[in-house]
Amino acid sequence: MSEPDGATSVLVELRAVTKRYGSLIANNGVDLSLRAGEVHGILGENGAGKTTLMRILYGLTRPDQGQVLVDGESVTIRSPRDAIGAGIGMVAQHFSLVTPMTVAENLTLGRPQGLLIDLEAARAKVDEAADRFGIRVRADARVADLSVGEQQRVEILKALAGDCRVLILDEPTAVLVPQEVSGLFATLRRLTAAGLAVAFISHKLSEVLDVTQRVTVLRRGKVVGTVATADTDERQLATMMVGRPAAPAESAARSPGDTALRVTALDALGRQGLAALKGVSFSVAKGEILGIAGVSGNGQSELAEVLSGMRLPTAGSIEIDGRNIAGFNPRRMMAAGIGRIAEDRYAAVVPDLSVAYNLVLEHLDEFRRGALLDETRIRANADEMISRFGIVSGPDDPVRKLSGGNLQKVLLARVLSRNPKVLMVSQPTRGLDVGATEYVRGEIVAQAQRGAGIVLISEDLDELLALSDRLVVFYEGRVVGELAAAGADPEQLGLLMARGSAA
Amino acid sequence: MTFLLELLGATLRNATPLVYGTIGETYSERAGVLNLGIEGTMYAGAFFGFAAAAITGSRTAGLLAAIAVGLAAGALMGLLTVTIGTNQHVAGIGTTLGLIGISEYVNRLWFGSGQGLSRIEPYPPWEPLGPNNVFSQYGLTYVAFFLLAPLAWWVLARTHFGLNLRAVGENPEAADSAGVNVARTRYAALMIGGALMAVGGAFFTLAALGSFTLDIIAGRGWVCIALVIFGRWRVWRGVAAALLFAAVYALQLRLRILEEFQAIPFELLLALPYLVVIAALVISGRNVAYPGAYLKPYRRE
Amino acid sequence: MSIWRRRLWLAAGVLILTFLVTVPFLLMAGVNPFAAYARFLFVPLTSRFGLLEVGVASIPLLFTGAAVALAFRAGYWNIGAEGQLLLGAIAAAGIGARVDGLASPLALTLVLAGGALAGAVWALVPALLRVRYDIDEVVTTLLLNPVALLVVEGLLNGPWRDPVTRFPESPRIAASAEMPVLIPGSRLHLGFLIGLVIIAGLGFVISRTRAGLELKAVGLSPVAARFAGINVARTLVAAALISGAIAGLGGAGEVAGIQYRLTGGLSAGFGYTGIVVATLGALRMGGVALVALLLGDLTVGASSASRALGIPSQAGDIVAAAVLLVTVAMVAINRYGLRQNRTAP
Repeated sequence: MSEPDGATSVLVELRAVTKRYGSLIANNGVDLSLRAGEVHGILGENGAGKTTLMRILYGLTRPDQGQVLVDGESVTIRSPRDAIGAGIGMVAQHFSLVTPMTVAENLTLGRPQGLLIDLEAARAKVDEAADRFGIRVRADARVADLSVGEQQRVEILKALAGDCRVLILDEPTAVLVPQEVSGLFATLRRLTAAGLAVAFISHKLSEVLDVTQRVTVLRRGKVVGTVATADTDERQLATMMVGRPAAPAESAARSPGDTALRVTALDALGRQGLAALKGVSFSVAKGEILGIAGVSGNGQSELAEVLSGMRLPTAGSIEIDGRNIAGFNPRRMMAAGIGRIAEDRYAAVVPDLSVAYNLVLEHLDEFRRGALLDETRIRANADEMISRFGIVSGPDDPVRKLSGGNLQKVLLARVLSRNPKVLMVSQPTRGLDVGATEYVRGEIVAQAQRGAGIVLISEDLDELLALSDRLVVFYEGRVVGELAAAGADPEQLGLLMARGSAA
Repeated sequence: MTFLLELLGATLRNATPLVYGTIGETYSERAGVLNLGIEGTMYAGAFFGFAAAAITGSRTAGLLAAIAVGLAAGALMGLLTVTIGTNQHVAGIGTTLGLIGISEYVNRLWFGSGQGLSRIEPYPPWEPLGPNNVFSQYGLTYVAFFLLAPLAWWVLARTHFGLNLRAVGENPEAADSAGVNVARTRYAALMIGGALMAVGGAFFTLAALGSFTLDIIAGRGWVCIALVIFGRWRVWRGVAAALLFAAVYALQLRLRILEEFQAIPFELLLALPYLVVIAALVISGRNVAYPGAYLKPYRRE
Repeated sequence: MSIWRRRLWLAAGVLILTFLVTVPFLLMAGVNPFAAYARFLFVPLTSRFGLLEVGVASIPLLFTGAAVALAFRAGYWNIGAEGQLLLGAIAAAGIGARVDGLASPLALTLVLAGGALAGAVWALVPALLRVRYDIDEVVTTLLLNPVALLVVEGLLNGPWRDPVTRFPESPRIAASAEMPVLIPGSRLHLGFLIGLVIIAGLGFVISRTRAGLELKAVGLSPVAARFAGINVARTLVAAALISGAIAGLGGAGEVAGIQYRLTGGLSAGFGYTGIVVATLGALRMGGVALVALLLGDLTVGASSASRALGIPSQAGDIVAAAVLLVTVAMVAINRYGLRQNRTAP
């Protein structure tokens, strides 16, 4: 597959790659080289531009500027087919497998040679991969019956069946249990020993240090630096990844009072039916903003869903005013005094209904006369909210036509106008422009000043540090640390987020 | 004993159109399209098969006409649900209404207002063991059980086309990224399925009856929809389900003649297969493995 | 381009395409397509008798169209209006034959209430299976249609068979249970008014009441509705039951207003045509009323064309199916364009 001295030869190089989405720059002049025989870590926070970069390399996204070189030759990669032709394979976070089919059938799909499928050839490939790389999967097993780790192996096999020399793995360990992680790493070492280059995207420091030879750190679309793994440590990488956050400005003038919300030993299952929250406990005082920090996928979404009444916890309690509201449905959650700003804004509104109706959807009891809707008050409410929250739209416009910022203002208006005792906000400024972001943050702080207890879930560390009084860090569904936001050490925070301990 | 043998023979005969329809619908649904046009496609197959045979005097021409009509009906469903991406329920119901309307319209034009006045000489049964036993069946029946069913299974399980068909029905994104042409595969599945449904309908006019009547299909297309689910989208299980349904049907026809069974409403017995399918859905609950892309038009991001 | 302009183009496109698609069939019958369409659409409207018959033909479609539109608005795919209508007819025939001694308003009310109840009961099981076990209501409601027809046949071939003539027809209902005729000398009965009132009522409920807003929210975005605290399961079951009741009422209307007894051919696929009506009416109640009248016009026009031009009356069915398919296709193309299904080079 490669000459013995190929360990230092560059297989693929990206030069000055830039990709913009509107005003957002996802990649800004990124340089990256992948050498034969190395596992190259691509490290960065959520939104740092790692996935965009890899999608460009695999032909799923076209860059605005910059070059891709394969074996030193400039190439144009328009589609995954081009990438496969150039020897590049990718295992995305979401597998693209036909789950009711067997492994062999998945490997055979899209290779039309003749009338009949040749499952023997696929089985031979599976056996070969087992011998050469230690990738063990049963060729005749149904993919749906395999564990996530095994499915990932099938994806790797698919890439190898395309004779790839460069393998991109987008956060491959995010879906794996620890035992599977060590198996994956063993496979990666054998792949690189055979001369492949592996791009390993992660935000877990220990894994990057464990398996890579070099690491490139991205922050806000730019390369912070590329270092040899042997010459670095977790502290340096954490600092590179997180950076120095701006000094917290807005969290000063509040004096937290009594407990507003107490969560005790909360357990919940995630989407795949696996434990997503494991004995989570924390409390929020009135007038306090508690930030929930953590790399995405560590239980924050499930916490938001439980507090919204959309997901039933399997154990534990949620107390407001000394009353346990765990297991309440959305209506009763709201009645108990929780205001909810969901992570997925479009799942919280009915896009084809008007702004006025969406504004009252959670409180129809108060906008009716008998069985009828009280259109006069619905309209008055809409006019009031539109002017008070500066929503740029008419009351009768369907919400689907609103920009992200205006949509978030509609959701804020719906919730904040009720003066909730506890406010749960999840990713409040994701995807918003600067003006809307400032506005939303100001409203959250104002609610705290009013005396609401606030649970702020965000992937944006700067936001957490700027708004929160206190932070708890989630790692693999547990609370692994708690610290005051003012003067929080970014290195310590980075370590807690990326490996679950600061020691 | 004679009773049982007769029953078995009648079961095979009654199951024949259901086998064609069920396998045709299985192909459509395994590719991700619920084809509610089946009732109309069987109806049109029955009529145009009959009409072509009556006009040309050739039953082969009738069979070919039915196949052509079925291919066209499948292509129409493809145009609506694959290329244009309309709602599959509405497209299917509309196709059924349209095909029944066209068949009855043309029937009136060509054969006048009377029902079943025109007759053709139907296919004679093939009786290798002499008349009046289990193997006294029409050619289309032998084809259904001994050729179509194994072939349909083999194509799905063993050929690239079958693999592609299953893949576009389960995960069109994955199939697309592997280089499978999703639209072309779905069209092929719908057209093959349509042809089979139409042949199932033509069985009535070309073999069993030799004439066309307005209630000739009488909901058997909907029965096939149920049999496909009952058979869990598998060819052989679908065939078995068709046999079960046909056996119940044949039994009630025979019992009906007997004096001591006059009091039982046989319609309730006939309703049993439908109710059994619904009960089966309840018992297996959510575990019924619908094809993954069922009802979803495929649109690239 | 303004939205109204766009809609106008769309409507014009639908009309032209539908015409073109159906022309070959008319030419096949040797008639001038324009003359045929004039018969289909305009001739019934030129006489008093024709207008009244249009009303008569539209009555069952007002009910099934409204029933289907209501369910579809809630995102509940009730394909079973046919069966629910038949159950309503059974109940009406059964009750109607046994209310001989009762005064007319009471007898008729019992017949209609029984029809509505029977339709709702027939719709109940699929609705519960949907919200309890997540079982696709398309299949269950569809499968119950032939079962309902079998129940009809079972009754007509068994206990309700006419003892004298041996015809498969139920006994005639009591005179007191018959729908009064609205205009003397015509067949236009009270069911027409009831249908319009129900449609107006549903339109009011959907646009003006809290329940209506919840129904729309559930139909448009069940997740968002649940997030906002709306009881999605209860809304779906309620929509299904009301839908079934209205379809059942339509069946009762055919028994009490037209046939006066249960017959095997009571429904000319009214439940399935209801899907056409609802879809073409864009699931709006005003649209449902309009389309039901248009299809009534088409039905009467097609049978008039059959007599005058000698083309089979099924031309009306072809036109109805064509306009349905052309409309859904054009609307989808207008919204999404054609699918990009080509595999990348």
